[in-house]
Amino acid sequence: MKKIPVHRVDLIFEKITCKEIFEKVMEAKPDEIIQSVIDSGLKGRGGAGFPTGLKWQFAAREKNDEKYIVCNADEGEPGTFKDREILDMVPEKVFCGMAIASRAIGAKIGYIYLRGEYKFLVPKLEERLKDFHGLMKKMGHPFTIHLRLGSGAYICGEESALFESIEGRRGEPRNKPPYPTKEGLFNKPTCINNVETLVYTVMIQKYGAMHFKEMGTKDSRGSKVFSVSGDTPKAGIFELELGMSVKEFVEEFGDGDTKAVQVGGAAGFCVPRKRFDETIIGFEGVPTGGSMKLFNSSRSMYNVLHNYLDFFAEESCGQCTPCRVGCQQLLKGIEAVKKGEKSIKYLDELVKLAATMKIAAKCGLGQSVGNAFSSIVDNFKEEIIY
Amino acid sequence: MMITADSIQDMVERHGRTRDALLPILQEIVSEKNYLSDEDMVEVARALDISAAAVFGTATFYSFLDSRPKGKYVIRVCKTISCSMKGKNSVLSTIEETLKIKIGETTADRKFSLLETNCIGWCHKAPAILINDEPYTDLTPKKVTEVLREYIKNR
Ligand SMILES: Cc1cc2nc3c(=O)[nH]c(=O)nc-3n(C[C@H](O)[C@H](O)[C@H](O)COP(=O)(O)O)c2cc1C
Ligand code: SF4
Ligand code: FES
Repeated sequence: MKKIPVHRVDLIFEKITCKEIFEKVMEAKPDEIIQSVIDSGLKGRGGAGFPTGLKWQFAAREKNDEKYIVCNADEGEPGTFKDREILDMVPEKVFCGMAIASRAIGAKIGYIYLRGEYKFLVPKLEERLKDFHGLMKKMGHPFTIHLRLGSGAYICGEESALFESIEGRRGEPRNKPPYPTKEGLFNKPTCINNVETLVYTVMIQKYGAMHFKEMGTKDSRGSKVFSVSGDTPKAGIFELELGMSVKEFVEEFGDGDTKAVQVGGAAGFCVPRKRFDETIIGFEGVPTGGSMKLFNSSRSMYNVLHNYLDFFAEESCGQCTPCRVGCQQLLKGIEAVKKGEKSIKYLDELVKLAATMKIAAKCGLGQSVGNAFSSIVDNFKEEIIY
Repeated sequence: MMITADSIQDMVERHGRTRDALLPILQEIVSEKNYLSDEDMVEVARALDISAAAVFGTATFYSFLDSRPKGKYVIRVCKTISCSMKGKNSVLSTIEETLKIKIGETTADRKFSLLETNCIGWCHKAPAILINDEPYTDLTPKKVTEVLREYIKNR
């Protein structure tokens, strides 16, 4: 296995002239743009990691006059704060990525769905959007971006819930299939990408697919922006080459006493110290939308798990029973074990419940509760019980 | 600002008369007066020609579209893990003591409401809160007291 020490990269925040890149894109055929994104190996940075070029290809192949580009700026995963920084520092690059996608798939309208917690960014974004629309007009590319706000619901980051929300309804995930590239926003072919993914597509046009592909590993090409918080002297936002192990990450960011790292937020996995060395941060190991939380030995992993379960119980949309009831039961369950009202064996029942939720829940929220649950309970059983 | 049938009509003119205008309209009302009254929702339903139940059902899904009266300044304290590890409790109790309200309450002068919320995207500068749309980060009891003092004094 190829191992990569912590290596800083500067692509996302690099100041560039979007006009030049877009001129290049206008000269290329849609197929060529898509092929370059496929060749780069870029996978979605919102968490699920779907290959971006393929997604664009699926959307491009749909025959429909009405298609949409959606930028997912809902960033609700606990411990993730990089999309806010990207939109604050380089908003033009996000718009440019949407414009490239629009050229690739043949869409005329784009939406940015920004979480309500980031409303303070709106005046700046609206001002920059004016300039952007001016540029689009000058280039003769008919593409308009609308800005929409969330209203404090984590589930609206899930793509189909996000579409429901833009359409003016409760943010309840839809059944899949059909997938968004076939029937997405307003039931039209839609390409939805994370903020960071879109900016990488811009840099792939600038430096070429190979520049990106040369970084990282076979399964996790390129670099990614990490949001680092918790017990660390270096909390903040860092763009790093993919492929490092948790051990290498902790050597760089730990406080010398790191006992666990939660990779991927509440929906992600807890990696205990004994697995730091063997665990790769990326799609071949533990995937992450960027959230990296470090915990040192002064922290109670019971409190960590309790906090996550409380989060899920509140944020479950309540649409399907495994998740609505399951989140509540897991929360009550660990409280009961802690108080001694239930035996230690009961934890095994709860782990089984979490596994059932993974199969039976309708969307990624309910399906991923078991990630944090089982990885914390398995590795820190004593802390949960006593 | 008072929300009237006229001002709702004006919002409909700007956002459009289709269902996808619903959230922007409700959000605009909330940004004016920090909550949605039953009358507001009935009026929006009429203006968009959809059922009042559809408007209620949608609004109640979203935690920022509050349907109970709120103060002029809504304080949301992040309670997710990074903030809770970095002193959220002492920040919260300082706010409670300064304003003499508990979570879920509004001050008698209707100036402040206090709520908890989930991660607001400032974990590297925890603990963090929002006052209306404005984030305040790296808080300590001393710092949050100063922030509140400005709000009490100036606005
Ligand atoms: C509960 C839940 C919340 C999500 N929140 C976000 C989010 O805040 N931002 C995001 O980009 N993707 C989020 N996703 C993933 C999206 O559904 C979708 O996969 C992503 O936006 C696709 O973009 P990408 O391919 O560029 O990653 C979430 C998924 C789930 C199940
Ligand atoms: S898994 Fe949870 S969030 Fe997803 S649809 Fe079911 S209840 Fe809603
Ligand atoms: S945990 Fe409080 S801002 Fe993220």
